Amino acid sequence: MKPMEAINDFVIKFANVNGSGSASANELFAKAILRMGVPVSPRNIFPSNIQGMPTWYEARVCEQGYSGRRGGVDMMVAMNPQTWDADVAEIAPGGYLFYDSTRPIPASKFRQDVSVIGVPLTEISNSAFTDPRQRQLFKNIIYVGALSVLLDVEAEVFETLFAEQYRGKEMLIDANVRALHLGRDYVKEHLQAPLGLRVRRADKVGEQIFTDGNSAIALGCVYGGATVAAWYPITPSSSVPEAFQKYCDKFRVDPDTGRSNFAIVQAEDELASIGMVLGAGWNGARAFTATSGPGISLMTEFIGLAYFAEIPVTIINVQRGGPSTGMPTRTQQSDLLSCAYASHGDTKHVLLFPEDPHECFEHAAAALDLADRLQTPIFLMTDLDIGMNQRLCKPFVWDDARTYDRGKVMTAEELEAGKDFGRYKDVDGDGIPWRTYPGTHPTKGSFFTRGTTRDPYARYSERGPDYIYNMERLCAKFRTAADLVPQPVLRSADQPTSLGVLYFGSTSPAMQEALDVLTASGIHIDALRLRAFPFPDSVERFIAAHELVFVVEQNRDAQMHVLLVNELGVDPARLIKVLHYDGTPITARFITEAIQKQLQGATALIKEAA
Amino acid sequence: MTYLAKPRLRHPTLTQNKVGYTRRDYEGRISTLCAGCGHDSISAAIIQACWELDIEPHRVAKLSGIGCSSKTPDYFLGASHGFNTVHGRMPSVLTGANLANRDLLYLGVSGDGDSASIGLGQFANAMRRGVRMAYIVENNGVYGLTKGQFSATADRGSRSKKGVINNDSPVDLVGLALQLGATYVARSFSGDKEQLVPLIKGAIGHGGAAFIDVISPCVTFNNHGGSTKSYDYVRQHNEAVSRIDFIPRHSEITAQYAPGEVIDVQQHDGSMLRLHKLHTDYDPTDRYAALSYMNARQERGEVVTGLLYLDPQATDLHLSLNTSDAPLNSLGPTALCPGSKALEKLNASLR
Ligand SMILES: Cc1ncc(C[n+]2csc(CCOP(=O)(O)OP(=O)(O)O)c2C)c(N)n1
Ligand code: SF4
Repeated sequence: MKPMEAINDFVIKFANVNGSGSASANELFAKAILRMGVPVSPRNIFPSNIQGMPTWYEARVCEQGYSGRRGGVDMMVAMNPQTWDADVAEIAPGGYLFYDSTRPIPASKFRQDVSVIGVPLTEISNSAFTDPRQRQLFKNIIYVGALSVLLDVEAEVFETLFAEQYRGKEMLIDANVRALHLGRDYVKEHLQAPLGLRVRRADKVGEQIFTDGNSAIALGCVYGGATVAAWYPITPSSSVPEAFQKYCDKFRVDPDTGRSNFAIVQAEDELASIGMVLGAGWNGARAFTATSGPGISLMTEFIGLAYFAEIPVTIINVQRGGPSTGMPTRTQQSDLLSCAYASHGDTKHVLLFPEDPHECFEHAAAALDLADRLQTPIFLMTDLDIGMNQRLCKPFVWDDARTYDRGKVMTAEELEAGKDFGRYKDVDGDGIPWRTYPGTHPTKGSFFTRGTTRDPYARYSERGPDYIYNMERLCAKFRTAADLVPQPVLRSADQPTSLGVLYFGSTSPAMQEALDVLTASGIHIDALRLRAFPFPDSVERFIAAHELVFVVEQNRDAQMHVLLVNELGVDPARLIKVLHYDGTPITARFITEAIQKQLQGATALIKEAA
Repeated sequence: MTYLAKPRLRHPTLTQNKVGYTRRDYEGRISTLCAGCGHDSISAAIIQACWELDIEPHRVAKLSGIGCSSKTPDYFLGASHGFNTVHGRMPSVLTGANLANRDLLYLGVSGDGDSASIGLGQFANAMRRGVRMAYIVENNGVYGLTKGQFSATADRGSRSKKGVINNDSPVDLVGLALQLGATYVARSFSGDKEQLVPLIKGAIGHGGAAFIDVISPCVTFNNHGGSTKSYDYVRQHNEAVSRIDFIPRHSEITAQYAPGEVIDVQQHDGSMLRLHKLHTDYDPTDRYAALSYMNARQERGEVVTGLLYLDPQATDLHLSLNTSDAPLNSLGPTALCPGSKALEKLNASLR
């Protein structure tokens, strides 16, 4: 079979053993390609495990800039004997298999239709390094070096990266450069290079940055003024508070006093972490927690209290596969309903759906403003795919003139001037009442916060009319929220069409690509990217303006579809479900095929009716 | 009508304290608890303590969980912000509130059901973190609000009002607080105001996690012959290790030592605790001795009350976290936001 040929457009996958130090080598490889001006989007694929278990890193190199997962593997770097068979089977016909040829592997273990490239990595590493850990770590750099020749990536790019990474540690720079060249030299001497798959300098990266959603959220929380964070470890959200700690140590320690302008507590569980966030929010600090599905389940009683007692809290939900422990290290968008209606009784919560790290940063800062403005829980809904994978995106921006929206907080002066204060009174007609921070005034403005019903002046009440006033006001507030949240983004088709598609969050990159592919095949679709719940009016108008609207999401039960039908009262028949939920990130191929198939079915139906 | 405002009649002759408030100013709404409930006596002791301490009522934040006991913050310090949270989870909310504003005084009120069952984990972790607060458990051995089920502090062998015998061992919150690192630990009895008021004052002045377990009989469900948390039982079995006086920092301190019987301990805010020791062998600064003393007396069926342990060098969560002196909730963008220049640098490092 003819070996595959492609420039700046292929998928390479690294099969490694967890704990072998491969993660940084693989990232180095991706970064080098980026430095050549060619977009790369990598994904970590790791089962829920610890050291010694399999782990994969799949990088899509794509000059056009599509960062969704493409599907298929063109080159496999098979470094894990345990998963060899499956890894080899995954390679597309005509693709390449790269492996460590130190120990012989029986011919039956290879495939006829892929090109096999063996480099004795262990042997090279062992003869160059003596320390066992070094041997292991540098083996990774040696394969990066070998690949760089095979794929035509410049050595200087790596050398610059080493110099940046290990600034001031000359020994490390030298050792890494040496390992790199051991790999390069072997290939140059023994193998034919470059391959049919190649990287060629381009200028498609520009000003974009390469980062992951969890760090971006943490940074957004720093810029947005969060001072209290309470959390309990859970994959894939733990790196949010960890990055917050890192950024706070860098930006929030007063240089004069050495004291911290933040407080981070690793709580005993999610019940406590959300409780702390509630306490801090009640007391006038901006506070957040980060968690994933099981944590949300534990938090729901407190979320109901925050909703009913109207306390600002920001909850970051980096979603993973559920229910229960489901697929803890895989991605899904399956907590929409459990967050939108979290807790018992009638509740509705604000959800935000960032599409990439850039928006993670923006939405995190916005969430803190919205929580204060609306005095309610705000959920920032991301998922493992955005949270834990690095992605090329627009750089972060911040307007120095921006101040924090602290919402309706009555001051001591206003109270002193005799302004009427009723904690749960709708004075402005937007459903949002005024609050006071504890300790504001010696005699005025104090109130009792509770989860039980009360009158507009916060006095305990079991009167039906008081309850209804409050519940209706909360609904009014929710309608107000629809105008304040990030508004949907419309991408109109090239020509008028009766087809529409709704999507959100991490589906975004695959959707961009799918829309291009569909357009090329003659299917024109208007696309609306949802960025928040409650849905602004524009969503309803968009649905009304199209005969068929696809709703693309990554869960089994079409949770966004349910929300749309439930909240907007649209005819469910007009909304066509496109569902992907095997735990891997949705691909453009999947969306394209699903839409094409549905359209064929729809045409058949129309014909039948005629 | 479930809400009763207290008539605000200001009698001109009511004495004012140093900050200009009368005792009335420390009251709250009229209690809706059963007449004779021990919890009301504790509210009265809190009112007395705060008034005597010259605390401005609005500088106190009072937080509680759910239960009859947890309702009480509505019945004292009407000018303070109060927060009735969820069942058993007051400690975390208080922790967050404290992190947001270290300048207020935090009073946590809870029940034995609230703290020893559903909230045991939060109780334990707040103690070990050293959250600065006065944590008062109003311990009646039953669930009052849900009408008389046993709580986890009910003694093995004690009887419910319906005659059911409790077979489980009790959770001893004082023992736990001692083990977990609370730096002020006391036990008292709602019917002993003389002992309770100075204990509350000491807890409020304390610089770390202060815990007081107050036996507080439930007249409706747990004040009968088979109960070990009834008025009669506690009066008969009470064994006080100390009587304490609280001497605020601003008054002159005169030392009056009667060796072996009185010791003075200075608290973090400069106030003094003067312990009149009833047991000359009792050393309130030895955590482990306190624990074994209490256990030994418990074996004999005695309820040891008084200040059981005090660490005058107490630290708190803010010290561990090295947080700024300025309350976190008072900081604005200048202190919090690194600005666009820093962001550009960060962007550059991500390319
Ligand atoms: C999650 C949850 N479970 C159960 C309850 C019901 N409940 C309310 S108060 C209470 C027990 C209160 O007992 P305790 O803390 O001892 O206070 P007391 O009423 O005796 O003062 C229970 C079980 C609740 N409010 N929330
Ligand atoms: S039921 Fe018991 S605890 Fe509750 S108010 Fe009545 S006496 Fe007090």
